[in-house]
Amino acid sequence: MAAAEIDVKYVAHLARLALAPDEEIKLAAQLGNILGYIEKLRELDVSGVEPTAHAVPMVNLTRADEIRPSLAHEDALRNAPRQANGLFIVPKIVE
Amino acid sequence: MLNQLTISELAAKLAKREVSAREAMQSCLDQIARVDGKIHAFISHDPADALAQADAADKLLAQGGSGDSRPLLGIPIAIKDVLAVKNQPLNCGSKILGNFISPYDATAVEKLKAAGAIGFGRCNMDEFAMGSSTENSAFGLTRNPWDTTRIPGGSSGGSAAAVAADECIASLGSDTGGSIRQPAALCGCVGLKPTYGRVSRYGLVAFASSLDQIGPFTKNVRDSATLLGVLSGVDSRDSTSVPEPVPDYAAALDGNIKGMKLGLPKEYMIGGLDVEVKAAVDTAVKQYEKLGAEIVEISLPHTDYAAATYYIIAPAEASANLARFDGIRYGARVDGADPIELYCRTRGAGFGAEVKRRIILGTYVLSSGYYDAYYLRAQKVRTLIRNDFLKAFEKVDAIVTPTTPTAAFRIGEKFDDPLQMYLCDVFTLACNLAGICGVSVPCGFTKNPKLPIGLQLLGKPFGEEMLLKIAHAYEQSTAWHKEKAVVS
Repeated sequence: MAAAEIDVKYVAHLARLALAPDEEIKLAAQLGNILGYIEKLRELDVSGVEPTAHAVPMVNLTRADEIRPSLAHEDALRNAPRQANGLFIVPKIVE
Repeated sequence: MLNQLTISELAAKLAKREVSAREAMQSCLDQIARVDGKIHAFISHDPADALAQADAADKLLAQGGSGDSRPLLGIPIAIKDVLAVKNQPLNCGSKILGNFISPYDATAVEKLKAAGAIGFGRCNMDEFAMGSSTENSAFGLTRNPWDTTRIPGGSSGGSAAAVAADECIASLGSDTGGSIRQPAALCGCVGLKPTYGRVSRYGLVAFASSLDQIGPFTKNVRDSATLLGVLSGVDSRDSTSVPEPVPDYAAALDGNIKGMKLGLPKEYMIGGLDVEVKAAVDTAVKQYEKLGAEIVEISLPHTDYAAATYYIIAPAEASANLARFDGIRYGARVDGADPIELYCRTRGAGFGAEVKRRIILGTYVLSSGYYDAYYLRAQKVRTLIRNDFLKAFEKVDAIVTPTTPTAAFRIGEKFDDPLQMYLCDVFTLACNLAGICGVSVPCGFTKNPKLPIGLQLLGKPFGEEMLLKIAHAYEQSTAWHKEKAVVS
């Protein structure tokens, strides 16, 4: 089974994950092995088979659009790495 | 000693006021002080808070207030670090959550408290529930109480070890691909994964949203039934929870399983199965025949594809669920010149190797150009796997398998080969993919060293009553569940 190639640098960027160069190399090898193993799914004929997104026979649940109690503002900020004036502080997004 | 009791035994003593909840909780704390330096089942625990809960329980017990409405009054139950407990740390075995203190209780924790339990401690786990050995914790590993050179299993290794070492009366864990059943088997206790949707996932930090379930670790099946009854029920805060009525699981354990049909899947009893594990499971199957059950050979033809299917779906869902850990609203933060740099550095520094591996894998299989070939295909194979089980359940009442291919392996033995580690879960994965229920019960030991072996029973969706009845009958006809680990 050929080990598949994965562009770890590109995928890491999609996943917003900074990797050290040695991490990238190691991961590429390990993921290549894993993807090689996963190739066995190609052996199956899945034509006409519906995908199962999750196992229970439930469809989207909705409720009336009514205001209900939720997490208090202070509680939501309690674990913030940086906060001021009741807001999360983040790096500048827009120039 | 009080910490060695089961829920039923301790509840009886508490109700009769023979002992106090404080004495019971103290007994657990003393055991933790004695053995947890070695075992490290707990990342942390809060003795003052636990004893305060015990005192509150004692007040209610003095008023005669237990009975049916609070079946767990005064019972110390340890909690896996993946569940939100108000005002307690929530780390999921990871550095990325920093000093996060949960502002709310998970529904499962709310239910425990409403039932009077003393929910305490942060049990060690593989980071974000990804792993089969608890070696992936950012807080150090947990050792198997039966042999401290070996792993307890994972990801709920701490929860399993805590019960096996009598550091608590019972504990809660979570199971996405076997993370309750596998450590239960390796540590010699009872571990139950309820049907998907049976227990609310609100407050369970999500790993794979279509696979995760919370479940109990206990010293026997009766306690498992008791805890399941407390945890179960639809919850408007988890729209994947199912409005299925909750029966009295403990009342259904009447022991008579004559005529029940147990399926033995031929695909599970080959290749890679340790000889002692096979022997123990064979003996258990013969025991079931003595109890009057009929053994039926069945086939689950897509068994061989479960691991590949799982290792596409679970990482894919995890990559989405772990996107929220970005250093903005909570947790540790590594600064950057712009948000993208902040995210990349925060996540690069905060996540461990296994988590990164799965996020990359999951992101890849969902990415443009690969989604159909991997994720969509895996979803279709999932349908085939589920159909295998549903078809089998037309012929049998439960399915019997080994829980794991081997007993507990040595610390470090599989750590460097992720694929080898993944294959430890071959017998447990399909259950999560199919959404059915499963339980592991002790069925023997290896000779040298003496390590627990687990028997897995799989049941129909929302068929926990029958499943636990079948498990209970076997347990009560053997003495495995009475053996205790001696921590050296």
